Amino acid sequence: MKILVCISNVPDTTSKINFTADNTAFDTNGVQFVINPNDEFGLTRAMWMKEKQGAAVHVVTVGGPGVEPTMRKALAIGADEAIRVDATPTDGLFVARQLAEVVKSGGYDLVIAGRESIDYNGGMVPGMLAAMLGMNFVNTCIGLEVDGTSAKAVREIDGGKETLETSLPLVIGGQKGLVEESDLRIPNMRGIMMARQKKLTVVPAAEATQGTADKTFDKPAPKGQVKLVDPANIGELVELLHKEAKVI
Amino acid sequence: MSVLVYTETENGSFKKNAWEVASYGAQLAKAMGTDAVAVAVNAADASPLGKYGIARVLQVSEPRLETFNARAVASLLEQAAAHTGARVVVVSSSADAKFAAPLLAGALQAGYAPNVVGLPDSTQPLVVRRTVFSNKGFAHTELQGERAIIGVSNNAFGMVEAEGAATAEAFTPEFGEGTFATKAVSVDKATDKIAIADADIVVSGGRGLKGPENWGMVEELAEVLGAATACSKPVSDMGWRPHSEHVGQTGKPVASNLYIAIGISGAIQHLAGVNASKVKVVINNDPEAPFFKAADYGVVGDAFEVVPELIEKLKDFKAQNA
Ligand SMILES: Cc1cc2nc3c(=O)[nH]c(=O)nc-3n(C[C@H](O)[C@H](O)[C@H](O)COP(=O)(O)OP(=O)(O)OC[C@H]3O[C@@H](n4cnc5c(N)ncnc54)[C@H](O)[C@@H]3O)c2cc1C
Ligand SMILES: Nc1ncnc2c1ncn2[C@@H]1O[C@H](COP(=O)(O)O)[C@@H](O)[C@H]1O
Repeated sequence: MKILVCISNVPDTTSKINFTADNTAFDTNGVQFVINPNDEFGLTRAMWMKEKQGAAVHVVTVGGPGVEPTMRKALAIGADEAIRVDATPTDGLFVARQLAEVVKSGGYDLVIAGRESIDYNGGMVPGMLAAMLGMNFVNTCIGLEVDGTSAKAVREIDGGKETLETSLPLVIGGQKGLVEESDLRIPNMRGIMMARQKKLTVVPAAEATQGTADKTFDKPAPKGQVKLVDPANIGELVELLHKEAKVI
Repeated sequence: MSVLVYTETENGSFKKNAWEVASYGAQLAKAMGTDAVAVAVNAADASPLGKYGIARVLQVSEPRLETFNARAVASLLEQAAAHTGARVVVVSSSADAKFAAPLLAGALQAGYAPNVVGLPDSTQPLVVRRTVFSNKGFAHTELQGERAIIGVSNNAFGMVEAEGAATAEAFTPEFGEGTFATKAVSVDKATDKIAIADADIVVSGGRGLKGPENWGMVEELAEVLGAATACSKPVSDMGWRPHSEHVGQTGKPVASNLYIAIGISGAIQHLAGVNASKVKVVINNDPEAPFFKAADYGVVGDAFEVVPELIEKLKDFKAQNA
């Protein structure tokens, strides 16, 4: 089995989000970048398949040279090889087209991507990719077992979960549940050393169009002061929620 | 050149988000000088959509769609878009819609803007405002190309009532080979509980509640309010509550009218996922807890005293207003 794990390079979850002075771009000044958390769960599931089922695991990122430290981290966690598509990831459709080319030329059976990137919250690349390639697709995937060419996947739905039967070739949009938080691995020294020797191939971008363009950005209005209610007078809270906030 | 709206059903009835996307689609169509056409699958009665400004409904009857199938829904929307010459397809932010919409976008080579919070800034070009960076910012996104998909954020636009009744016409899509290759074999859904995504009110507990045995009062509060229950990430990681209740940046997003946080400190990743809620109440015994900076109402106090008291007061309130 050949697995491709799609990794997006995103601001650390603790980042303060600012935009450039003219509000046309995300200001990356002082921001730390990490493997998108949803992708980290997928990568860890792929590691299990490598160890238990002998799968080959490659990772791919569409991005400029600046994403390479994040890709090296994925190699240090245990991926065998990395591919970087040399292009600025401008929108979902564009990124999916780039990934489609990588999947086709690499002959992957299973593509593990994340439910969404925590930066632009698109939640679209894996589904678009599946549609472009005519592959099966399971989104918000919280469990995945592959046996030969058949697969069983569990998907989170509103208010519960659903078990699906499908087959390879398959794309998933994964999240926590694929593996547990405690299964995530911090790269050790040996992994980091080995990652330096591993192959990181840079491929040029394919011709592709964009479906969307983020023109400007703005930030939420600053929050007013919290209204404190005395714990000895909880009736007041009920009153406020009813009369002032009108939510009960 | 119409606007196509995917109005979701469950067991033959429309979901609440169907009224929201119908309202959005109708208002959008008005702004674009065209009509909104809804697509409904296995709906017992499509006429109520008229109340939200929809004049025409394409009604699909398909036994294989008794349980949701994303690829089939994407395919039927693609065919409906071709049939009506739709420029824009409007969908909700439900798990099902977020499953089907990217498949549709890939097939149509259309731009897709999810998490849209209001009507477009402009229709020519088509520019929408959507949340990005887990509610820490908004982007004004231009939808380029011939076709576009708009995903409307839960609870952001609301319902707009209009005059009129919808007329339904049968629509029979053709499904290619492999459409149903991925299929649901079992669904595990608590029918006695309100899903976080659909809830007007969410009651959420954190590590401050000390252990799973203390969730009785959280559930009781939720019951009195008709609310869904949720929790912070460590609470689900420790197995005190199921993962499906984990809310925040790496869990489920919450965009309810009222969010009540009990014993939750208000870490940046937690707030990122719940900030879209309209009114936030925090109950915490530490006045320095960061959540107080993000909340509308706060009680500095011990949850084990405040919550039971709140339940009593709410019961009184309900009795008086019944
Ligand atoms: C990559 C990453 C992603 C993350 N994603 C998420 C996410 O999606 N969602 C999420 O929730 N977290 C997330 N976190 C974790 C987050 O950083 C916090 O650790 C977490 O939100 C804290 O949970 P908590 O508020 O329940 O616990 P704590 O921070 O321990 O807070 C407990 C609170 O309870 C209060 N308290 C204690 N006793 C009482 C009492 N008797 N009465 C009232 N109050 C009391 C305390 O004052 C304290 O404020 C993420 C972290 C990382 C690194
Ligand atoms: N630039 C990228 N390079 C590689 N994979 C990506 C990229 N952007 C998104 N993905 C994958 O698609 C998933 C969903 O991303 P998005 O649709 O951008 O929210 C991510 O979790 C990744 O697995």
